[in-house]
Amino acid sequence: MEQQQLIPHLFRSEYRKIVAVLCHHFGIDHIQAAEDIASETFHTALDTWSYKGIPGNPKGWLYTVAKNKAANYLKRNKIFSNKVAPALQQFPISVNEEDIDLSDKNISDSQLQMLFTVCHPSISSEAQVGLALRILCGFGIEEIADAFLTNKETINKRLFRAKEKLRAERIEIKFPGKEEIANRLDAVLTTIYLLFNEGYYSESNNQVVRKDFCLEAMRLAYLLIENEQTNTPRVNALLSLMCFYSSRFEARVGKQGEMVLYEAQDENLWNNELIAEGSYFLKQASIGNELSKYHLEAAIAYWHTVKADTKEKWENILQLYNRLLQVEYSPVAALNRTYALSKTNGKQEAIREAEKLNLSSNHFYFTLLGELYKGIDNVKAKNNFQHAFELAKTQTDKQVIQKQIDGL
Amino acid sequence: MDEFILIFRHEDGKKVASPEQIQLWMKQTMDWIGSIAAQNKFSGGNGLAFENAKVVHHNKTITNGPFGDIKETLGGYVIVKANSIEEAAEMAKGSPVLQGEGNTIEVRKLVKGDGVH
Repeated sequence: MEQQQLIPHLFRSEYRKIVAVLCHHFGIDHIQAAEDIASETFHTALDTWSYKGIPGNPKGWLYTVAKNKAANYLKRNKIFSNKVAPALQQFPISVNEEDIDLSDKNISDSQLQMLFTVCHPSISSEAQVGLALRILCGFGIEEIADAFLTNKETINKRLFRAKEKLRAERIEIKFPGKEEIANRLDAVLTTIYLLFNEGYYSESNNQVVRKDFCLEAMRLAYLLIENEQTNTPRVNALLSLMCFYSSRFEARVGKQGEMVLYEAQDENLWNNELIAEGSYFLKQASIGNELSKYHLEAAIAYWHTVKADTKEKWENILQLYNRLLQVEYSPVAALNRTYALSKTNGKQEAIREAEKLNLSSNHFYFTLLGELYKGIDNVKAKNNFQHAFELAKTQTDKQVIQKQIDGL
Repeated sequence: MDEFILIFRHEDGKKVASPEQIQLWMKQTMDWIGSIAAQNKFSGGNGLAFENAKVVHHNKTITNGPFGDIKETLGGYVIVKANSIEEAAEMAKGSPVLQGEGNTIEVRKLVKGDGVH
């Protein structure tokens, strides 16, 4: 019998589909059961396929097994809720054992509804990101723990508490109402943005998982874009910015896994396809008058895809940062704005501005000052880089700074 | 931290400047506001259009203005966060509005609804 090749990440992508559909079918009280059924389905596949070979239609096989397991669960639960639960005051599952709908349409509807459920304001944003990674993206506890630089127990506890909270608050798995959608969508976008940043800036050395986090964040944004009600300029701006950022994925990691700073990147390694997609979604984002922080960040990211160091480029970047900081302050934006200012208005002015920032506990602040003093006062440059080195927490950051000191 | 409003007062709102000059002022204004925002001290602000303005008088008559008999016109405002009126005044020094001779910036503390004021 011919051995079939499984498509990469099949289990992960099927896991999240099955979980979403089952959660939707069972209700919020049974997230754990949905996860268990999906996991058991893969264990059954492992036990069967390992010996008998991969079936012709692996997806269909998985769905059939998942449906059977779900039906058994419902049957058990019915017996339990009819005969045992009345005494225990448990929440029964009211649905029938009707066919569980694993059609493409229901899968994407269920995932979208789960996305809104997971990003419910009643749970912390940290827990939202964790739940999204687990339930919507299908990452394992170990992979999530690795990205957050923590252990499995911590993640398990965090997810458990979040699920309990959703249960206790009786959050319904459904699409928010028309009036509510704009507000709730903002929370969803924040979570997707955090998820992306978790991958892009994670201190974990696991490059593969980090990149997958970013791709998953983009997939979730795309899910929103595919739905008419959630296809807003803001969502398009967010996806655009993620495309631009990811286009530099290959270029920002060196052969030894070290960080390669933007200035030193080989632009031949930039992914032109992602840059083109970023431009497309930025154009879609520009329909209407809305100018969100995602728009501004996407526009900044766009200008970074232009490698040539022109005055026009940096003037645009500076003005976009000026606007961004008015919309939402962040230390990173303040530091980047000052760097752009050095490119347009000169290093002396940028040094004066940097000193007003009041960010002296941030190692990037001293890296910036080191960079600004370079060529003006190399002793000061070195002192600042050394200060940054002492404040930097990760090996990667320290390596990058050491390189700067050596280069002086 | 308290909030302070910086009110830009122009001596002559009708003064004509070259497009090049206006463009330079615009960049300087944006950089100045960006600098305040980069210190996390920006609360808000807006320009006030000079064209098509009206003044309503005590006797309820309405005139085109505020030019003519009134010497000063207001050009806009920025609200900043600062620890003292001195700090707010120091920030105002960076505004390109002050490049115009006779122009001034009035710095006033915003009243909080805290029962003290």
